[in-house]
Amino acid sequence: MNFAMPIFSVALPEIFMLCMITLALLTDVFLPARLRLVTYILVQATVVITFFMSISQFFNYPSPIITFSGNYIIDKLSMLLKIFVCLISFFVFAYSREYIQARKIAFGEYYVLGLLAVLGMLIMCSAYSFLTIYLGLELLSLALYAMVAMQKDSSQATEAAMKYFVMGALASGLLLYGISMVYGATGSIQILEIANREGLSSTQQMVELFGLVFILVGLLFKFGAVPFHMWVPDVYQGASTNMTLFIASAPKIAAFGITIRILVEAMPNLQIQWEHVLIVVAVLSMFFGNLLAIAQTNLKRMLAYSSIAHIGYMLLGIIAGPNSAEGYSAAIFYVATYTIVAAGAFAIIAILSKKGLEFDQLNDYRGLNARNPWLAFMMLLLMFSMAGIPPTVGFFAKLGLLEALVEAHLVWLAALALLFAIVGAYYYLRMVMLMYFEEPAEGLDESRFTVSPNMLAVTTVNGLFVLVFGLFPSSLIDMCRVSFA
Amino acid sequence: MVSLSEFLIVAALLFGIGIAGILINRKNIIVVLMSIELILLAVNTNFIAFSYFLNNLAGQVFVFFILTIAAAEAAIGLAIMVVLFRKRGTLEVQELDLLKG
Repeated sequence: MNFAMPIFSVALPEIFMLCMITLALLTDVFLPARLRLVTYILVQATVVITFFMSISQFFNYPSPIITFSGNYIIDKLSMLLKIFVCLISFFVFAYSREYIQARKIAFGEYYVLGLLAVLGMLIMCSAYSFLTIYLGLELLSLALYAMVAMQKDSSQATEAAMKYFVMGALASGLLLYGISMVYGATGSIQILEIANREGLSSTQQMVELFGLVFILVGLLFKFGAVPFHMWVPDVYQGASTNMTLFIASAPKIAAFGITIRILVEAMPNLQIQWEHVLIVVAVLSMFFGNLLAIAQTNLKRMLAYSSIAHIGYMLLGIIAGPNSAEGYSAAIFYVATYTIVAAGAFAIIAILSKKGLEFDQLNDYRGLNARNPWLAFMMLLLMFSMAGIPPTVGFFAKLGLLEALVEAHLVWLAALALLFAIVGAYYYLRMVMLMYFEEPAEGLDESRFTVSPNMLAVTTVNGLFVLVFGLFPSSLIDMCRVSFA
Repeated sequence: MVSLSEFLIVAALLFGIGIAGILINRKNIIVVLMSIELILLAVNTNFIAFSYFLNNLAGQVFVFFILTIAAAEAAIGLAIMVVLFRKRGTLEVQELDLLKG
């Protein structure tokens, strides 16, 4: 029996975060209610420190290290994903503070659970066996189910929590069934061993393919791609806006990470099969996502359908990946920038919503420019970025994807993506038109449009991020390229 | 001696019943939670069967983790159900229709 000691130092971000979660939990229990802000500061400090740890790891570990008996990997990809996850989680937690205080949602519990979800995402980014992938995924999902259900006095939020829970558990079940089949075919649950196995009989290959189908369905469920998207609009609309903000952003990055590990790194030999499935799913997602978004009158629901469409675009990068040098890096750039943009857009809904009054109908935004020009401008930047209009970062994200598709000789897919992007531009620009060229709705008092300076500052940073990286995208693109070198 | 394929067939049947229970159930949310448990047990059966016939312990280790997480998942599911029942006073699946479009 030989047991190699794991290299604990490479997992420092996760270990640190776990210690801080326990500390934050204990602190919150013993603090009097008026000092609850300490929990918030503790949680944000943890996220920031983990962010800097990941950055220093990004530059200090040039080559991949696999440790913890082959269950954990640290390479450029995992570290880059962790940097994005921490960055976006910081914004999400900052945006949520006033929203949950106004609605009397349990404050400390929200942040401790949120930090657990972030830990789950970090583990997903670094997971290198099906066991760690599953554990990370469940740590994330279970925390999110509980967080959605925390707004106990809202009928919509509890219904959304139930739907999210059932669909999430079903997706995990499908994913696990697929994993068990792959384990049966290959005799291993480690990515590296599955990728390196040789001489499978034709029966074993069939079983592995069978498993791959279930794994794909499970992953697409978690992403919310058509035809497994039915829970996305309901959950996005029903959950309290701070939770929509969370669900719509950082978990997508972690899910992207495990998709790359499972499809690209563990099963390159089945690439033709999963590529065909993903092409169909991507086209359907872009089509239905963009088309159904047009018909919505609720902004949260519209953004939910738009997120389905954006998942379709991100899948295009994974499809182009095997035949193009830029495919995977284009996909990671796309998903990272999209989640930041989506977080900003939901955040504007959250900070305009006052106690007891949600601000999530499209009509509420009529004439926003006249009431709060700066916030309207931020929303304009975010909408332009989602539509892919220069000089915002969304333009370069879409451009990179299309370049990769052309390079991979999938010109027809690129043309289709462009066509759907034009369809999508309609409802993003309609939003801009509502804010700038329509008369403000009657009967809303001015106080609804005043926003606290803290929230305005965070939104401004988020909005300007979209503009600055739209003007100077090269450093971020280079970081994404290095991750797949 | 029971063969591997018989174990797999039982697991597939359990899995199918679980999926059917979620998709075509029109009655009660508790049935949905039971179906989720059934799916996870089907997966466990698969893992144990493969583990035994492959002479490989990784599958059995995996089962322990799945069992633990299934317990946590059931706890959260039931908690959400209690919140829902307090708010709505019903557990009918068809009553979950506030969110549409």
